[in-house]
Amino acid sequence: MKVKLKVKRSDSAAGKAGYSQYTIDAPESTTLLDALINVREYEDGTLSLRCSCRSAICGSCAMRVDGRARLACRAKVIAITDGDENHEITVEPMGNMPVIKDLVVDQELFWAKMRAVDPYLQPTGPEPVGEEYRVPNESMLDLTHTMACIMCGACVSDCTVLEVDKNFIAPAALAKAYRFVGDPRDGRGHERLQKLSEYGGIWDCTRCNMCVEVCPKGVAPMNRILQLREHAIEHGLTNNAGSRHTNIFTKSITDGGRLNEVWMVPGSVGMFNVPRMMAEVPGALKMLRVGKLPLSQMVPPGFPGSHKMSGMDRVRNVIRKSSSLRAPKPEVTE
Amino acid sequence: MAEMKYAFWPGCVAKGAAPELYQSMNLVAKALGIELVELGDATCTGAGVIQEQNPEMADALNARTFALAQRLGLPLMNICSTCQGIESMVQDKLAKQPDYLDKINAILADEGLKYTPGLPVKNFLWVLVEDLGLDKLKSLVKRPLSGVRVGPFYGCYILRPSQILGKEEHPHRDHYLEMVIEAVGATVVDYEGAKKCCGFPILTINRENSLKQTGNHIHEAQDLGADALVSPCPLCHLNLDAQQPAAKQVTKHDIDLPILHLPQLVGLALGIDAKAMRLDHHVVSTKKLLDKVGVPVTA
Repeated sequence: MKVKLKVKRSDSAAGKAGYSQYTIDAPESTTLLDALINVREYEDGTLSLRCSCRSAICGSCAMRVDGRARLACRAKVIAITDGDENHEITVEPMGNMPVIKDLVVDQELFWAKMRAVDPYLQPTGPEPVGEEYRVPNESMLDLTHTMACIMCGACVSDCTVLEVDKNFIAPAALAKAYRFVGDPRDGRGHERLQKLSEYGGIWDCTRCNMCVEVCPKGVAPMNRILQLREHAIEHGLTNNAGSRHTNIFTKSITDGGRLNEVWMVPGSVGMFNVPRMMAEVPGALKMLRVGKLPLSQMVPPGFPGSHKMSGMDRVRNVIRKSSSLRAPKPEVTE
Repeated sequence: MAEMKYAFWPGCVAKGAAPELYQSMNLVAKALGIELVELGDATCTGAGVIQEQNPEMADALNARTFALAQRLGLPLMNICSTCQGIESMVQDKLAKQPDYLDKINAILADEGLKYTPGLPVKNFLWVLVEDLGLDKLKSLVKRPLSGVRVGPFYGCYILRPSQILGKEEHPHRDHYLEMVIEAVGATVVDYEGAKKCCGFPILTINRENSLKQTGNHIHEAQDLGADALVSPCPLCHLNLDAQQPAAKQVTKHDIDLPILHLPQLVGLALGIDAKAMRLDHHVVSTKKLLDKVGVPVTA
């Protein structure tokens, strides 16, 4: 089949960047990585890319394909183009990281974030006598997602928060942090969660699902971030806007069945956070002026007269009984 | 064509900070011949937030909403990308965990409800393309929006994770907004931000990041000549419209771009009165856009 490629090129020394176009003939079984290597070997020896195992194990060949990060070795050309030989595949280096040359990026940012979460087991207390640590199967099964990470960087490349704030610790390192927070043998869970609850940590994720979508290994980093949030709340690390946001949201639904939008801001940033509340005033006035500030929600959730949907007694019954659905947490056996 | 009738979950925002969405949806449904039976008893989906603290509560409440629709024997329609994502996620989870679903159903039995997996749950965008059909929509257009350049803004949860959002069965769902924009006679503005995050979920947590996200997307689309953005998600609308002046301050981008709810865009093409759709009740004025369409709004 005919394969059309449009590859982003760089000439960082001269500060120039553009696209090179190639058309090659390749068998239908060809992967994008095969096609790029073919280009480098036979069409244009100046094209740079990074690859090693060609089997989706080493994580070296992540790049953006038609706008989304993926492993080139795992992307069949025929699937990308849907069999359309006129479909020109756009190939670009990963995002959020500086380009060294063409499709090769400097992954130092990725590794720095990974190191920042202390990615190793830190047991505390005495070692078990005469045998290894024993953990229940369920707790290890819960960690299999995170252990599947091959550190390709696809999630970091496409993270929408990292695009606007390089301080965000980003999905890969947070998923790795869950690897240890969720491990019953680790003794530093509280300290880890404390650090992760600060600016740049778990609460800065917008839950956009981009990392879940682009991860080639099913790590689903955002879902791990949500687990970290749940753990942080359980650990009582609730003096932050993220945790307060979850709390006021849940309270609002428990009280009235639907969201009280008016009280989300003071409930999250803190009623007495004057500078932060003041920042909201111009926006709130603009909303009020055009009738977008729901006046029925002026009473805070939980107070007499707060807005409630019909049939709240039945809703409360479901909420009360749903607590029985929670599975008990597995513990380390002594 | 078969009768189009849905159990309707409007979501919290359409009943709160975005009354223009609720009103325009009802007008557009009528014009399209879609009957909506509103679920007055249904609760918030949790928007993924309750799930951070109490996933079981969110699962049970969503199962209850599905059961309310099933009691009516109707498919469920929402008008919020976030609702769609959460509802699809819960449906996927409950279909894979029958024992867990049994426990939830035991709770729902108190009010005579039961959820059986398989309920169709669709955002209005999917209803437009898959159930009504774009040919039918085109045939109902009275005021083609020719010459108007519109940028799509999907909202994350109607796109990702795609494997639980019917990608197998409907592979082009990530292109429906463009298809609808074209069907009503407008021109699509193709820009990178269309499928990214508006930043709304972290507005109260990291305001600066949130406003940078929203401001950058608006700026990009405006730079490419957009007259407006259209979104099937009222949460995105809150950040893109209501927070646009604040985003302008934070990003220093010179932005002034009207943001339409999906039913408003469709309604304009169907010839529905702009004032009835509360197009004069947005934070960012829609006047320039309406002038271009040729519909003056008398304030």
